[in-house]
Amino acid sequence: MTNPWTDIKNTDLVVIMGGNAAEAHPCGFKWVTEAKANRGAKLIVVDPRFTRSASVADYYAPIRQGTDIAFLLGVINYCIANDKVQWDYTKTFTNASYLVKDGFEYADGLFSGYDESKRDYDNETWEYQVGPDGYALVDETLQHPRCVWNLLKQHVAQYTTEMVERICGTPKDKFLTVAQMIAECSSPTKAMTSMYALGWTQHSKGAQNIRTMAMLQLILGNIGIRGGGMNALRGHSNIQGLTDIGLLSNMLPGYMNLPVDSETSFDRYMSTRAYKPLRPGQTSYWQNYRKFFVSLMKAMYGSAATLENDWAYDYLPKLDVGNYDILRAFELMKQGKMNLYFCQGFNPLQAFPNKAKLAEGLSKLKLLVVMDPLQTETARFWENHGLYNDAATAKIKTEVIQFPTTCFAEDEGSLVNSGRWLQWHWSGGTPPGEAHTDAWIMAQIFVRLRELYRKEGGAFPDPILNLNWSYADPGEPTPEELAKEMNGYALADVADPANPSRKVFQRGKQLSGFGDYQDDGSTAGGCWIFAGSFTEAGNMMARRDNSDPDDTGMYLNWSFAWPANRRILYNRASCDLDGKPWDPSRKLLEWDGAKWSGYDVPDIAPTAKPRDVGPYIMNAEGVGRLFVRGMMRDGPFPTHYEPFESPILNPVAPKIRGNPASRVFADDWKQFADIGSPAFPYAATSYRLTEHFHYWTKNNHVNAVLQPESFVEISVELAEEKGIVKGGWVRVWSMRGELFAKAVVTKRIKPMICDGKTVHIVGIPIHWGFVGAARKGFPANVLTPFVGDANIETPEFKAFMVNIESSSGPVA
Amino acid sequence: MSGISRRDFLRTSSAGIAGTTLGAFGFTEVQAAMVAAVKPFHLVNTTETRNTCTYCSVACGIIIYSKGDIRKGEHADIVHIEGDADHPTNRGTLCPKGAALRDIVKSATRLTQPMLRKPGSDKFVPVAWEVALDKIARAMKDDRDANFIAKNADGTTVNRWLTTGFLAASATTNETAYATYKVVRSTGILAFDNQARV
Amino acid sequence: MFPPIPNASVAGEASRPRFSERDLVRRSASEVALPTTRLTEIAKLIDVTKCIGCKACQSACLEWNNLHEDIGYNHGVYDNPMDLTPNTFTLMRFTEWDNPESGHLEWLIRKDGCMHCADPGCLKACPSPGAIVQYSNGIVDFFHENCIGCGYCIKGCPFNIPRISKTDHTAYKCTLCSDRIAVGQGPACQKACPTQAIVFGTKDEMKAWAEFRIKDLKSRGFEHAGLYDPPGVGGTHVMYVLHHADKPSLYAGLPDDPSISRVVKVWKGVTKYFGMALMGAAALAGLAHYAVAGPNKVTEEDEDSAGSLATGRDLQPPRGHA
Repeated sequence: MTNPWTDIKNTDLVVIMGGNAAEAHPCGFKWVTEAKANRGAKLIVVDPRFTRSASVADYYAPIRQGTDIAFLLGVINYCIANDKVQWDYTKTFTNASYLVKDGFEYADGLFSGYDESKRDYDNETWEYQVGPDGYALVDETLQHPRCVWNLLKQHVAQYTTEMVERICGTPKDKFLTVAQMIAECSSPTKAMTSMYALGWTQHSKGAQNIRTMAMLQLILGNIGIRGGGMNALRGHSNIQGLTDIGLLSNMLPGYMNLPVDSETSFDRYMSTRAYKPLRPGQTSYWQNYRKFFVSLMKAMYGSAATLENDWAYDYLPKLDVGNYDILRAFELMKQGKMNLYFCQGFNPLQAFPNKAKLAEGLSKLKLLVVMDPLQTETARFWENHGLYNDAATAKIKTEVIQFPTTCFAEDEGSLVNSGRWLQWHWSGGTPPGEAHTDAWIMAQIFVRLRELYRKEGGAFPDPILNLNWSYADPGEPTPEELAKEMNGYALADVADPANPSRKVFQRGKQLSGFGDYQDDGSTAGGCWIFAGSFTEAGNMMARRDNSDPDDTGMYLNWSFAWPANRRILYNRASCDLDGKPWDPSRKLLEWDGAKWSGYDVPDIAPTAKPRDVGPYIMNAEGVGRLFVRGMMRDGPFPTHYEPFESPILNPVAPKIRGNPASRVFADDWKQFADIGSPAFPYAATSYRLTEHFHYWTKNNHVNAVLQPESFVEISVELAEEKGIVKGGWVRVWSMRGELFAKAVVTKRIKPMICDGKTVHIVGIPIHWGFVGAARKGFPANVLTPFVGDANIETPEFKAFMVNIESSSGPVA
Repeated sequence: MSGISRRDFLRTSSAGIAGTTLGAFGFTEVQAAMVAAVKPFHLVNTTETRNTCTYCSVACGIIIYSKGDIRKGEHADIVHIEGDADHPTNRGTLCPKGAALRDIVKSATRLTQPMLRKPGSDKFVPVAWEVALDKIARAMKDDRDANFIAKNADGTTVNRWLTTGFLAASATTNETAYATYKVVRSTGILAFDNQARV
Repeated sequence: MFPPIPNASVAGEASRPRFSERDLVRRSASEVALPTTRLTEIAKLIDVTKCIGCKACQSACLEWNNLHEDIGYNHGVYDNPMDLTPNTFTLMRFTEWDNPESGHLEWLIRKDGCMHCADPGCLKACPSPGAIVQYSNGIVDFFHENCIGCGYCIKGCPFNIPRISKTDHTAYKCTLCSDRIAVGQGPACQKACPTQAIVFGTKDEMKAWAEFRIKDLKSRGFEHAGLYDPPGVGGTHVMYVLHHADKPSLYAGLPDDPSISRVVKVWKGVTKYFGMALMGAAALAGLAHYAVAGPNKVTEEDEDSAGSLATGRDLQPPRGHA
């Protein structure tokens, strides 16, 4: 989230699209009801189903799953055509005026540089025109035909109201009502917030779904302001933290990334990460990359990371492919190329697509280690539960170790919420039986592995032997020790360059922020964006002062927010070119002629003059990007692609199937239903229910009472057509598997007309399995396709094709 | 708990019913014997601990109420969990999952001891921590030594290990995540991901 | 935002109940000496227009009251369980309604449970002394020690709320968390409610808050938005804000105009003694029936008399006992 949960109360319009906040984030949704009650804010819900969020919305519009980009490009087209643009913001705070290279073009669903054999682009042309001074060329009048604004106008022109209706199935009048309500927020005194979640990410073009809304928010001037923003409602309690700390196959902590094979040296690695400003005077904060990287390597490897060995650069594994994401990991397993697999608090047999393929993969492992507070299907994948899990137990040679871990209530430490607050918590209960913390287990494994390498030597033991593990008890580092290390500390006395007799900080002391990070090995810090969270003043994450001057919703003294305790990202954009708030009633910061100050920590150098330095300080341009250059694999602008399984051909690019830049493994292609296949005529989507949390709460008696049994949701019309009765059993099947569930027949789902064809929706809640207190059931992933987003490989759970029939239930 | 049940009432029925009717005429002894008192507040004298809900990223503040104080080294048995009214985001509220947090802590399917499933077996059997941890370290070492790729075909140093993978949790603390990161990354594992991928 | 109630104190002294039997204004099948000072009337306000049907209230109720509900089945709807039970004191009821005026679908979700009537039909119908009490703050509470499980309370309730336990054969319903309110907390459901669709305070505060909400709803085109505080039962200490206050029955059959039966009123008035004698007889009838048919069944006569309590028909003396 760019903004905190508590800021949603400051909005005028909430758009819930690609999510269902009332269902999945009820306590955060409270702030929507607050905005409605106190400011007269309106709520719009755009969703294939009339959801719990829709039940309290001011306006609901249906949309076919997987067509959000077409809808939102239609809204952008509407705003441009009707002059509903926050012009001052768009002209000065976005790259609307930047000139794009001449070779860049879009035609028939593809951008310049596509290579079909690689399903990838050469993105050389997706870049600005750069002058001899190294700066991007701009045309502030927006007249130049190659400026981003004119390319965007041209790109969105085909997304007319008629085209939106044809693709999305949203009736014209409903689309126009939504577009009008959104367009009103182009006023500098109106704010709109976007609340989205997995309804946007779980598509083969998930990242572009989000980008499209971000672009709309930029041209409406809604980023950086109170009540605005792009608010990703993250699903798990510390999914944000694990992302921040870089527990992803291609990442390092703090959004740095792992080297690839071609980056054969540290210098080469750094050469593409210099992030020189693209316009004069811009901050381009990633210029500090080297400081963050060197400090990380010092935290990891201590004295073994030196200037001479490029800070142990070779200790890092290099990537030969873009990603070793989970889909690839299971593909490797299925090919017999994976031997050991660890699942720490994760239940992939339920959480990833195509359960049959996942089970096949797990069956080919030598050893599976599961650490969890609860029983999981993954740990018991070898157990036969009839139709629910028809495993050939005796043939499965995988050895499985299952460790009992503590849960939240028995552990201490910090979690990062969706609004980037790092909140510390304390243990309140004795762990059951022999349960241990995950940190203890990891440390115990590590000290044993290190000991084996010490004794026996082996393959490249250096990074293991030299890992900085200087904890008081190497068998169990404490949360405090680890938190302090992530914050960063001084390895040497560092003098003030302006006054060498004054020490900026002393050896062994905690750093006060990432501004203290050095690239000469004098500082160590495990996660630069967390710097400031545990300083010499103590544990900032444990702060509990809930005062909120003038009710802005910022709560600066409650816990700690990364970066630098900033609550709203890009908050300098809340002010106009001269540093005055666009909307005085929404003041966040102000330029007083000498410095920035206000209710939040400024997201700009405190003395940076408003007309000199742009608000998007992480970008080399200093502005927000409507055209994203070469940073997305599937194009600098979003464009509509159908899901890989779809009821219709892509109306704007009939020759393109799915997202042309998505990676698809050969065997998985064979398991996709043909476009418009009569064998799989119904458009399915999967989702959560508010009574359950993924596959956890089926272990909780109370939640099992509230929703005891698996079901699918269909329209009254489809039920009549298929002879399905409310509360009766149905069988649902796809190219990959089948499930049995009860039928909820509802008016809240209605058939849609897309490209002249009636499309029925089948809604499939995900929560069921063969362990737990709730009734045994089938997880939705027996049906879902094994393909991910082109950029980040999040599986396409939200749009696939199935068939359905009335059934006598799972027992033969 | 149930006090005088319908069955008890019936056992002493004639006296009871007579008493009832008489009571209405002003004989209050029976009434006095059946004092209606408000149930005691069952959080009295519990220990409070501030924590955060384990489910979504709204990260609601919660208070754990326990019998016994873990900070004093006592056995702490969690008896109730409720929203923290001081928390700026949730103001004491909780969703249907959060409101039932005690029952996930106390779930019948909580794990309490390490278990091992042997190849081809149809059951888990208990295993000692030491044995299981040693086994894992040995398996990692053997697999890493056998399959570690120090250089690629071009002779470039790549130092990766592709035959072992690690999926990290999404509800552990940052501190656990960081310890996990250090251990996994130092081995050269690339198939390292977390729930954010979904 | 309605100001949250501060966290509870767990210190022994602070959590001593602030009301007790001295504050009773009614006691089933008995008389009470009216307290000299009355507690401020409290109320729970359920704004169905803010309700997202998340069932946090159901969950919190089960947790706080340590209730163990059975795991049921899906019956083709979101409601679960399908009805109130001795362990489910509160239940979300879901109704899909096509609004003929707007042409829009509305998903009306109502939290069902005891309304804590000012004029409680259950209490008045109850033959067992002290099984049902009413405090001067408005809480109507059941005391299981005194309950005989006859089920008259169900019949006397215009909202069909209490349920008899098959385990201990006594009647159960929402207590308004009297144990929490006694120490200055709100009910567990109210505290949990994520959107503050449930708020709690004095009855006057709740009425004022409802006005504030109704104004907002009217500004959004719900011209019939209003407060549900039905006069037929003397008003309630659980009230609703409805978008369609002109049609309460849209909300899963919320009674349009609930009232306590004339018979019960009369019985509590001049013919009290007759009434008590009669109820004694009715209980005797119950005993006779119990002897042959086992617990938790009532005689035809009981059914008749209890039924007429709810419908307002004149109560006929039970056959053979009058």
